[in-house]
Amino acid sequence: MSSKSESLNATAANAPHVLLRLLQGQAKQKLLAFASLIALVVVFSVLKPDAFFTADNIIGILQSTTVIGVLAIASTFIIITSGIDLSVGVLMTFCAVMGGVFMVNLGWSLLPGVMGAVLVGALCGCASGLAITRLRVPPFIATLGMMMLLKGASLIITQTRPIYFSDVAGFDQIALGTLLGDVIPALPIPNGVLVMFGVAVVCAIVLNKTALGRYTFALGSNEEAVRLSGVAVNRWKVIIYAFSGGICGIAGVLIASRLNSAQPALGQGYELDAIAAVVIGGTSLSGGVGTILGTVIGAFIMSVLINGLRIMSVAQEWQMVLTGLIIILAVYTDNLRRQKD
Amino acid sequence: MRAMSSSSQRPAPLIAVHDLCKSFPGVRALHNVQFALDAGEVHALMGENGAGKSTLMKILAGVYQKDGGVIRLDGQPVDIQGPAHAQALGIGIIHQELHLMPHLTAAQNIFLGREPRKWGGTLLDEHALQAQTQALFAQLRLSLAPNERIADMTVARQQMVEIAKALSHRSRVLIMDEPTAALNNAEIDELFRIIRQLRVDGVGVVYISHKMDEIQRIADRITVMRDGAYIDTVPATTPMNRVISMMVGRTLENHEKTIPDTRSAPVVLDAKGLCRGRAIRDVSFSVRRGEIVGLAGLMGAGRTEVARAIFGADPLERGEIWVHGQRVRVRSPRDAVAAGIGYLSEDRKHFGLATGMDVAANITLPSLRRWLRWGIFLDQGRIRQIAQKMVETLRIKTPSLTQTARLLSGGNQQKVVIAKWLVQDCDILIFDEPTRGIDVGAKAEIYRLLNTLASEGKAIVVISSELPEVLLLSHRILVMCEGRITGEVAGGVATQECLMHWATQREAVTAHAHVHVHVHAVAPNATAPR
Repeated sequence: MSSKSESLNATAANAPHVLLRLLQGQAKQKLLAFASLIALVVVFSVLKPDAFFTADNIIGILQSTTVIGVLAIASTFIIITSGIDLSVGVLMTFCAVMGGVFMVNLGWSLLPGVMGAVLVGALCGCASGLAITRLRVPPFIATLGMMMLLKGASLIITQTRPIYFSDVAGFDQIALGTLLGDVIPALPIPNGVLVMFGVAVVCAIVLNKTALGRYTFALGSNEEAVRLSGVAVNRWKVIIYAFSGGICGIAGVLIASRLNSAQPALGQGYELDAIAAVVIGGTSLSGGVGTILGTVIGAFIMSVLINGLRIMSVAQEWQMVLTGLIIILAVYTDNLRRQKD
Repeated sequence: MRAMSSSSQRPAPLIAVHDLCKSFPGVRALHNVQFALDAGEVHALMGENGAGKSTLMKILAGVYQKDGGVIRLDGQPVDIQGPAHAQALGIGIIHQELHLMPHLTAAQNIFLGREPRKWGGTLLDEHALQAQTQALFAQLRLSLAPNERIADMTVARQQMVEIAKALSHRSRVLIMDEPTAALNNAEIDELFRIIRQLRVDGVGVVYISHKMDEIQRIADRITVMRDGAYIDTVPATTPMNRVISMMVGRTLENHEKTIPDTRSAPVVLDAKGLCRGRAIRDVSFSVRRGEIVGLAGLMGAGRTEVARAIFGADPLERGEIWVHGQRVRVRSPRDAVAAGIGYLSEDRKHFGLATGMDVAANITLPSLRRWLRWGIFLDQGRIRQIAQKMVETLRIKTPSLTQTARLLSGGNQQKVVIAKWLVQDCDILIFDEPTRGIDVGAKAEIYRLLNTLASEGKAIVVISSELPEVLLLSHRILVMCEGRITGEVAGGVATQECLMHWATQREAVTAHAHVHVHVHAVAPNATAPR
């Protein structure tokens, strides 16, 4: 449960031990998830070699994973505390809208506008956290309420019309530009993908190397024991929800940049895709267990599956049916593994 | 064996067990236990916590399966397969914690799973349900409304519903585990009226209780158990002193225990007039530097409640907590930790450990702030260092610091919890049942550790339901009963008998006066200065 690098360091002197460890517990879950992802890619590549495994399509997959990936990373923190956040999708939209208000309506420049949008996300997360800790509303209800509230707020603020960022110089480059492609022309990876991986790396460090991460796991493992250890449980919970909200703000900037507009009606349903990615990635809904890497792999499994099925001309209805089955199957295999441990 | 000879004079007891044995992993819970219950008899079952009373009754109720021995019902050997089978055999049990659905009515609870039906079994027959419940209540002369929701009833009335439910199964054997724990005197009178009526109807009642006065009022015979073994069966008229000495029995090998003279040491923890409802009633005590104060009493006496209140885990209605001569406001465990108080819960898994996290993470949990770089990043090097030091000092047996706490043995889990508070450098440590679920070897180690901590100047409170443990560890012993401190005695002169006497004393004032005199007569300086 503690940082992986710690366990690796502890046994670094003994290479076979590292291998053994990798085959156990969480590492095994990640391997399993990663293997499923590879298997999916191989299957689709074999079935549709000319359409699936092409540079364009792979970049398309990467691009379509960014927003859900970032939202799933945000949800991972909440789910590890054994909470749930239903508002992440709509919060993303609200942050996009507020970014529009800042940059388009108020004419802020790019950097303050983006930071403002992220800050709005953190404040909304903070509000959810306060509702959960101070008002003692269960996370499911608190964030359900927050979801409805923010959806309404987005529509009110925009008067149900999208806000276009056409006049904000460079805004669309946040997601669509290819900084890496400019340096290495062979790798025209969109910036949005880099942002997602950047968020993943930072969040993995936060989760494994900081007090915030330690308390995230501790709260999910045994909240009462943490409280009885004299830890300010409520304060940390608010901080975790605020942190997660800030990451939703980043997702909001990404989606607004990709669409070059803030679409106030968008976002609902994203929270469920995010939760699905988290769960496929091996994070336990009962808390105390989870990794950022697993969540990223989970998000990729979802988008590879949807992309591959679409390329195979599977009807959208059937895509949904299959996705649903895969989610249940993923958690079932995870349960089997846990029972063995 | 004496039970057999005495019971064999009676014609076929209603239910009898011979040489009953039951083991759990690592524990021999029952060893050759005898017990016989006649029809129309109220038979009290007595013994200290952990004597095996509950295990015996759970075997009769089909909750556990016996390992060896014979159970006879009406003289015929029976093999009780499970709770439903026990019910079918006419054995009903009323657990200490009531098992009723609070949102259902009395009638719905009583007939849960066997509701009267109509229309070929498709619809529930509310009418018949009412009528049958009403008839049952009338038979017991209970003034209860079948339609009342359990949640709206007092505990006493809920208990009546449990009794009615047990009897609706035509139980001939009714087992009651501490039935008066939550009742006031008037309610106890009503309960006893019903029990007497059941006795007239030929029902055999097994009555488990620690309360001597009740047993003398209601019971016909008393069977005493100790350490999973049968001791004796005596008439309820037997003097209570004799029953108590049968219960505590074993005299503890007097260790070369040296009690340090802490009378002049500064008071570290001073609790003044703590109150909360019925659970904590005007509890005051102090603990000095280097002193181990034992808090003895039966389950539910309020010891854990006092500990949790001092630690800020539960609120207090009134009372003050002073640490090092300064009044501290403890509104949360955080305040308590800041004041230097550490609490080791009786329930490690639920309140002590983050079981899914590793050893190092658990050890550094309360003190995490000290192991951060720039206030944000975990300093893994120092975390490992301090955890390693604790693992070595306390001799925690763990394959590595990254071992998940859940996978450690009970004794080592307990040491991890102790390590948490040692790292935090608390001056006051409250140990709640520190050796529960720990094997004998680890127990001795924990005892040694507590003595070392005391000699290093910690102020220690130990809560234990095992009297020998309290006697072994404590420099001074406080006894609680029903939320009050009913007695105080120096560790060197305390006996199990006098602790048991106080622990069952419902009227604090008289008992305190009476036994105090006795103790003073034995050793004039027995009670520590307050």
